[in-house]
Order: sequence, then structure tokens, then C-alpha cells
Amino acid sequence: MKSSNRLSANAARKAPTGIIGFDEISGGGLPRGRTTLLVGGPGSGKTIFALQFLVNGAEQQKEAGIFVAFEESPQRVIANHQSFGWDFKTLLRGKLSFVDAQPNPDLVQSGTFDLGGMLAALGAKVREMGARRIVFDALDIVLALLPDLAARRREIYRLHAWLLEQGLTAIITTKAGGEEAGSIGQQPFGFMQFMVDCVVMLNHRVAQGVSQRNLRVQKYRGSSFDENEAPFIISPAGFEVAIARTPRLTKVRASHERVTSGVKRLDTMLGGGYYRGAAVLITGLPGTAKTTMSGTFAEAACKRGERTLYVSFDSDSDEMIRNLASVGIRLDRHVKSGVLRLISARSITGSAESLLVRIKALAAEHKARCLVIDPVSALAKSGNELTAHGVAERLIDWSKANGITMICTSLLDSMSAQVSNVGESLHISTLADTWIHLNYLIQAGERNRGMSIIKSRGTSHSNQVRELILSDAGVTLADIYTAGGEVLMGTMRWEKERAERFASELSEVAAKLKQVTLDAEEAVLEVRAKSLQTELVAKRAEKTLLARSTVNRKGRLSRGNTRIRELRGADTVKRGRK
Amino acid sequence: MNKGPIFRFRLYIAGDTHNSAQANANLAALCRTYLPGRHKIDVVNVLQEPGRALAEGVFMTPTLVKLAPLPAQKIVGTLSQTQTVLQTLGLEAVTA
Repeated sequence: MKSSNRLSANAARKAPTGIIGFDEISGGGLPRGRTTLLVGGPGSGKTIFALQFLVNGAEQQKEAGIFVAFEESPQRVIANHQSFGWDFKTLLRGKLSFVDAQPNPDLVQSGTFDLGGMLAALGAKVREMGARRIVFDALDIVLALLPDLAARRREIYRLHAWLLEQGLTAIITTKAGGEEAGSIGQQPFGFMQFMVDCVVMLNHRVAQGVSQRNLRVQKYRGSSFDENEAPFIISPAGFEVAIARTPRLTKVRASHERVTSGVKRLDTMLGGGYYRGAAVLITGLPGTAKTTMSGTFAEAACKRGERTLYVSFDSDSDEMIRNLASVGIRLDRHVKSGVLRLISARSITGSAESLLVRIKALAAEHKARCLVIDPVSALAKSGNELTAHGVAERLIDWSKANGITMICTSLLDSMSAQVSNVGESLHISTLADTWIHLNYLIQAGERNRGMSIIKSRGTSHSNQVRELILSDAGVTLADIYTAGGEVLMGTMRWEKERAERFASELSEVAAKLKQVTLDAEEAVLEVRAKSLQTELVAKRAEKTLLARSTVNRKGRLSRGNTRIRELRGADTVKRGRK
Repeated sequence: MNKGPIFRFRLYIAGDTHNSAQANANLAALCRTYLPGRHKIDVVNVLQEPGRALAEGVFMTPTLVKLAPLPAQKIVGTLSQTQTVLQTLGLEAVTA
């Protein structure tokens, strides 16, 4: 009971802006019933923020709002924000209303004045609409007409008191001169920030020719908030504050499904392929076949019928199709069937933030399940070094949250770069799930490509360096030979292979020869065994014969004696009796 | 002195604030001096008629609107700088 009370109390204290990222930073939105000062230089996005606060309030919170325009006519404000897809037609029927408070350019002024008229008029409007939110856009315009600082201060207090009395959640936008947002303290309206409950600063810097937008909550009475500067962009959906972690990310479930890398032996090395939803980093020097590796992945994904987005910062789509076709990767038919979408982002310049938003939008539009960013290091192009890391991090978070399997390639700028500082510029290597490194090995006048898996989270993976061979049949991996501490690749590997083949042929022949010899010897022995057997039989026969003839002789002898005795008529001599 | 068109004014004030009271007094004095017998002043209190302020686009008070003679003109403030007011209303030539 208690916690739900607290929760509702918190919701009662804050008015959600519905602006992506901002409600997270501010812990729920702007202070409800209080005034927020939105400070920013020209073109920093103040009006968009303020108007989006009203639009979202009307659409999502059912809170009617009033937009008081001091700088531009309501018609122009509406026209300028038409592209964000906000349904002004419906909103203007009682949910949102514009008040044109532009000072007339022909206005003649004599003596001081106050805003009593405006507040009275707005009071009538608030009652009529039941408005809960109000925006004073470019209040500085009208304040500047006041003759002195004391008068300005008085009118700001009058406005503030009125807002509190009405219980409106308000945004007052004012311009800040100069790039330093901190300098507003010295500006005529600087004291306003002491009066209001919340101060949000927008700045718009240009670093090496690339625009960088940042938002910072400077003050928020009675609430904790994220004090850091957060990059933001004006996307086709409006204002979007980039924050590294979105709470929904925690709900992402890790997949056990494997997807093929497109190279059979690499899958084996990875114990089955990449994980679905993994972020794979392929690093390497120029020309180490990073794009080709990405291409095999994309082709394999398309063959499975998975919608794939390939963002190339290096080459044109047509060039890429042609180049990859030379190594047997046929992407054209997948492009034709619509499964694959090739985006050449070479011409797109802008902050890393805006690139991220474009990529996200394209991926969402294409309903991509697989994504290739070639190379992701393009995010860190001129002027983006500082933000690129955060962007890369969010890119990975986002792809994971959406279950998109992503391949990022990263170019190493220096030929001397060692494995240890690969990908360091983006620190993406620590975020990637699988990191494949490609390099050259120069040996015996040849440059050969080597591939190794530096890390692969949650998969067993081979520790071996493999030689990457590109041919018109595609990408294959070959074992490399290690001999005397040296790895052999290319021709040397081929020679070694040939030598081994010869050696094995030779030994095969030798074995055959031996077999024949042994066969011969066996045959000889068999023959000998047979003749001996025959001899044995003969001997036995002889022996039998001998035995028989002896018996015969003895028989004949005794018979002969009997005959003699018969002939002589003699008695039988009994020898025993003698 | 009584020749010339009749000046019709509308003065928007926000209750009896200091600024409003001052403007009222300044306008009255100006009319007495420069437009005796040929002026009409219509005072609108925006606190009582906020809808009118909204409809007529009066956000700064006090605001003086000269409805006639044309062209219509608007002067914002307490009307304390008489010279500016006279210039705007085209009354300078009359006094000269």
C-alpha cells in the first residue's frame, strides 16, 4: 500500500514529457505544477522540446496545453513542426492551442508596461480549455522590451506567481548567447534560473565541422537527476535524448540459437557460429577482407530468408555487389527480392548520434534481423571522437534489445597497430561478443591474410590462426603450418602441402613395395611348407611300408620253420622247456 | 483649437495596477491639453474582460489603441514619454 502511495506521489510530482530519454534523466519528467526554464542558443531545439512536451502531454497524459508564441506566428510554428508527424488537426480541437503573442513590429512604446493583460487573457484560455500545461516560447523577446532590469524582474515574478497560482506545468524558453551555457548567469534573464524549479540547458556545438547537440539538466528542485550532459538529436519523431542504458534492456533474453558466419570452417572454430543477437566485431587493416567476411554473413542470412540491412560507409551499393560477386558472394538477387537492403552511407555526414538514429530508423523500416555496419569506425569520423564510444555502446545495446545479430567491422588506421590496441578508439572491443581479427602476414615476398578469433563469449573457440583464402568460389579457411616457430602461409604453405603430398605418395609406394615383397616371401614359404608336407607324407608311407615288410618277413620265417618241421616230421621243440 | 477630427481611443488596463493608473492619468492629461473636446476614451479592464484581451491580442498592459482617425495605432506603456506619444498620434504638427 505504502509503496504504491509513494509511486503515485512521485507520478503526481512529475509531468512526463514523453520525450525519449528525457524522462529517464529527470526521473519521470518535469516538475508538475512548477516552472521549468529551457535555455539554449539559436537552433538548439528549444521550441521542438517545448512543443513536444505539449503534444505528448495532450496525447499521452490527456493534459491540454497552451503554446504562447512570442517569436513566431502559430501558423509558422505548426508548419515548422509538421514533419514530426504530430496530429495538429486533431490536437487543435481543444487539446492544444496556440496564442500569438508576438509584439507588433510597429509597436510604439512609451513608458513601462506589464504582462497583466497577457496573464488575464491566458487565464481565460486556461479556464476555457482546462489546460494543465503551458509553454512560453522565447519569453526573452517580450522581456527585452521592458525598459530596465527591475521591470524585467518584476514581470518574471508576476509570471511565476501566476503560474504557481494556476498550478500549471510550464516551460519557459529563453535564448542563451554564446556557446557556453554556463554564461547565462550573467545574462539579463539569468536570475530566472534561481526562481524556477528546474533548469534544462540545450547546447549546439560544432566540433570539427560536425554538429553535436547536448542536453543537461542543471537544476531540479527536490529531485535527483542525471547531472551529465547527454547528447540528443532531432529525429524524424522529434526530440530524442540519448542515454546509454534503457531499462527495457534488462528484459532481453540471451538466445542460444546459432547463426552461421557464412564460412563453414569459421563456424566450426566458433563451435557452431555466432549467437543470434550477438554483436560481432571484425577488425583488421585495410584490405584484410573485412567487407568480404561481412558479405558472407549477409549472404548466408539472406539465404535463410532473414531480412538484412547492410550499411556501408565505404562504397556504393553497386560497387559492393560487383566486388563481392568477384569472390562468389552473390548479393544482387537478394537485393532484388528485397530481403537485403544495401545502404551506402558514404555521403551521410552528421554527428554519430544522428547516424545512429538513421541506422535505427532504417533497420526498423526494413524489419532487419541481421545488421552489418561496415565499418563502425566511421562513427568516429571527424568531430565525433568524443561521442562515438557512447553511440557504439548504444548501437550494441539497441541491437541486442531487438535481437538483431550485428556485424561491425572496424578499420585500423595505422599499419603498425598491434592487436592490443585494436578497436581501442571506440572501446567497442569490450562490448562485442565475438571479436575476429584479420591481419596480414608478410613472408617470403608474399602478403597473406590470417584470421584469428580473439574472443567469443559463451562459445568454445579455436585458438588457431587460419589462413583466409578468397577465391571466386568464396571464402575458405585453410590450416596454416607451423614449422620451427614460423607460420607458413600462401605459397609457402602450398609448397609445404605439396612436399607433404609427395612424401606421402612416396611412402605409399614404399609400403606397396613392401607388401609385394612380403607376399612373395609368404608364397615361397607356403610352397616350401607344401613340399615338406609332401615329403612328410612320403616318409610316412615309407615307414608304413617298412613296418609291413618286417611283419611279412617274420611270418614267412615262422611258416618256413613249420614247413621244415613238417617235412622232417620232427617234434615241435618246446623251447621253453629246455 | 476645436478644429480637426475626433480622436477615439481604447485603453486596455489591468485593474488598478500602478502602470495602469499612470497610463489612465497620462492619457487624460494629454487629451485635456491637446485634444480638448474632441476625444473619446474607452477603457477596457482586461482582468474583467480577459476574453477581449485574448481576442484583440492585447498582452502588454497598459496598451493604448487609437481607433480613429486612421491609421489605427498602438502604444504600449504608461504613456509617460509625452513626446513619443504625440509623435505617434500625429499631434506634434498641431501643437507646433
